[in-house]
Amino acid sequence: MATTAASSAPPSGGAQVWLKRLRSGDEVARLITLVFASIILVLTVGLVYQLWATSSMPRHKFGFTFLTSSLWNPVTGQFGALPFIYGTVVTSAIALLIAVPLGVGAAIFLSELAPPRISSLFTFFIELLAAVPSVIYGLLAIFTLVPLMRDYVEPFLKKTLGVVPVFGGAIYGFGYLTAAVILAVMTLPFIISISREALLEVPTEQREAALALGATRWESTWQAVVPYARLGIFGSIFLALARALGETMAVTMVIGNDPSIHASLFAPGYTIAAVIANEFAEASGDLHVQSLVELGLVLFLLTIMINALARLLIIATTRRGSAQS
Amino acid sequence: MTLRNRWRKTLSYIMLSLTGVCAVVAVAILFLILGYLVYNGWRSVDWNFLTKLPKSPGETGGGMANAIVGSFQIILLATVIGLPIGFMAGVYLSEFGGKTFAFLVRYMADLLNGVPSIVIGIFAYAVVVIPMHGNSASAGGLALAVMLIPITARSTEQFMSSVPQTLREGALALGASKWKTIATVVVPAAHRGIATGMILGVARIAGEAAPLLFTSGNNDYISSGFSQPTASLPVMIFLRATSPYDDWHRQAWAAGMVLLLLVLFANIAARLILSRGIAVQR
Repeated sequence: MATTAASSAPPSGGAQVWLKRLRSGDEVARLITLVFASIILVLTVGLVYQLWATSSMPRHKFGFTFLTSSLWNPVTGQFGALPFIYGTVVTSAIALLIAVPLGVGAAIFLSELAPPRISSLFTFFIELLAAVPSVIYGLLAIFTLVPLMRDYVEPFLKKTLGVVPVFGGAIYGFGYLTAAVILAVMTLPFIISISREALLEVPTEQREAALALGATRWESTWQAVVPYARLGIFGSIFLALARALGETMAVTMVIGNDPSIHASLFAPGYTIAAVIANEFAEASGDLHVQSLVELGLVLFLLTIMINALARLLIIATTRRGSAQS
Repeated sequence: MTLRNRWRKTLSYIMLSLTGVCAVVAVAILFLILGYLVYNGWRSVDWNFLTKLPKSPGETGGGMANAIVGSFQIILLATVIGLPIGFMAGVYLSEFGGKTFAFLVRYMADLLNGVPSIVIGIFAYAVVVIPMHGNSASAGGLALAVMLIPITARSTEQFMSSVPQTLREGALALGASKWKTIATVVVPAAHRGIATGMILGVARIAGEAAPLLFTSGNNDYISSGFSQPTASLPVMIFLRATSPYDDWHRQAWAAGMVLLLLVLFANIAARLILSRGIAVQR
């Protein structure tokens, strides 16, 4: 990339050189590819503009109370985003609580312990896991995870930890906790594959130095290798978070679709993406549609901020511009 | 002292075995998903499923021929729009990109890549569905193309810029112009990688349901052309799985198995292409 920079700028030699390059076709090729590259720019700007322009009605009517009101009633025309923002943040946060220890643990195993063959085989399987479509996770979650949570996991949590309001209340199977578990499964591959790469970038000297000082294998890994790769690991976590926030189908199928805020994790809730998926097609009236678009705008801003942070952290450790998604 | 050392060693064994457990759990999830889906799907998939149209709600029988054809239409459209644009943009980023503009395009591509797919659906709704007054395969195809373009652009760029500089210099030294060098040396050298990126991109959009829900919508019949509402497998799985009918659940399993096997097959094929091409790359 750096080496090609010289040829793209208009040559200082003047018009004659430029004409020569035009005749050889180079300038034409550059302009054609430039036009195609600009399409990406146009699409992104167009996307932001459309979201902004199509959500003007609720922005003018509700202002910032849109974000703080917890009333969502299409019949009376009152739209507040808080239950959805709450649901989105809570499900994603719990998903990370489950996925981060599992994912980082697996990444440590794959980069530090596993023989190269097993490591690459496991990595291959985990990358396949990332390719499974969201709607298929949802399908499995409805018919296997929901009964499992309803009949075993949630009653168990209620019995042992029921004094805490988070684990109290009626049990439905559909709700925040189930959605969080499926999100954890879906974000796991991202955490594992990017953390593994960050760990593989750690110089061998780092391990050898710790071992030479008498550290056990685990102490060397946990105190010398993992801290060295922490930026990449945090990057993978933020990338997983951005995925979890925007995840639509699987969550929509198990969240329970209730636009109100509940303290209990067993209760049905709603997320931003889920309410757009469920209500957009049958929205009644422009204000309803535009409120959903504004929710889309909120989700968009949330995910790009976290994505940008993730990419900065990943670039800082692995020099690998964009994580393959 | 020895007691402490023994504890440190034990702790090391415990923690390291725990990381192994984590890895096994992660991989086991894949096989559980695959196994359970194939187990349920295999019992449900039959000839009717592949060739018949859906029956009215609650009735037993019928199939998803409409969704299979519809998915094909939508993905075809997305591929025809998305792959050439993404490829050309990738060529620009890798071969012609200056500093500022290429940085901007790259940044925007990554940004677009991170946008939740449901938001892309809203965009396609505003740009295509509203002016056309209704759901259509074109709207769905455009939504998926918007997702495919940045994926293809970034993977094409990545594989083209990993072609050794000496290959380009060789061609240029023989008097080839820059575009001829790209067309006859750089692209052929990177073609396996580029193809892999494209297959992975198409496999990724093929499983997307969220951007299709309110762009291509649903249709109980096979839609002709690209201006009618069109059924697709992912949307059909969503609608069938969340319905109250047992026979529709059975069809959701069948559709899920078909979709998952297609996506996994494309992924494995893409990786095989790449692994055989590594000798050319390095």
